[in-house]
Amino acid sequence: MSAHALYVLSAYGVSALALIGLALWIIADQRARRRELAQLEAAGIRRRSAKAAS
Amino acid sequence: MSETAATSSKLWDLANPTRFVALVDRFVPWLALLSAIVLAAGLGLAFAAPEDYQQGITVRIMYIHVPFAWLSMMCYSIMALSSLGTLVWRHPLADVSVKSAAPIGAVFTLLALATGSIWGKPMWGTWWVWDARLTSVFVLFLMYLGIIALTRALDDPGKSARAAAIVTLVGFINIPIIKFSVDWWNTLHQPASVIRLDGPTIHSSMLWPLLICAVGFSLVFFTLHLMAMRTEIWRRRVSAMRKIAAREAGR
Repeated sequence: MSAHALYVLSAYGVSALALIGLALWIIADQRARRRELAQLEAAGIRRRSAKAAS
Repeated sequence: MSETAATSSKLWDLANPTRFVALVDRFVPWLALLSAIVLAAGLGLAFAAPEDYQQGITVRIMYIHVPFAWLSMMCYSIMALSSLGTLVWRHPLADVSVKSAAPIGAVFTLLALATGSIWGKPMWGTWWVWDARLTSVFVLFLMYLGIIALTRALDDPGKSARAAAIVTLVGFINIPIIKFSVDWWNTLHQPASVIRLDGPTIHSSMLWPLLICAVGFSLVFFTLHLMAMRTEIWRRRVSAMRKIAAREAGR
């Protein structure tokens, strides 16, 4: 592989790593918050707006 | 009802976070699929495009570097618009949009700097120079970090929302500086070759793959931003519900 190909490869590699990392972080955050919401709802806690609706 | 009134009422329908979450639930899977298809097509075309007669194979870095740089500015512009939403219209989702966009914008800005640097080494002979374009984009990255810190500094998001909105709007002055830095100052970074008054100066065999990559990465951005906004709404719900639980336990 030529030296220039290595530069191209590392640019794409860094970008893929960073974007996949960002997406995984967003997904992990989403899962954690969804779990917390489910736990609170299971404990019988209702938001004021949810209470008004029911 | 007039057309503008109808549009503005639609925008206010979205102000209902429950309705917004339902909409995100419905659209995100399709948006993610579309992003993957467009991005795969764009990158496929980028690698099928001819090599540059001067840059050789390193021109392939352009197909990701340029979209990242555009997105770093687009994300900030969306945050500035959202900040107006916080300060002027007190739109309940505006602050959610600023807070959840900032880390995504920071990553795209960092990638624009990193891929540019990796291209600069073989083409310019240096990883970095403090010219007006590189420096102003680096300042943009620092501003993203500042906004990330500010939006997460206080437990009550309502309190940091105004401060974050004001800082974001003041920082918007940097966006035209980045765009025109290559015209106003003598920079090592080349001037614009796509978005210019007399039309693109880049050959269509490279322009089309670049534009499709840009659309693909923009779709990725919108997918991630909508997901992060939905998560931020949930985070605020969790904190509101915990307060209610604490109050009920105290009684």
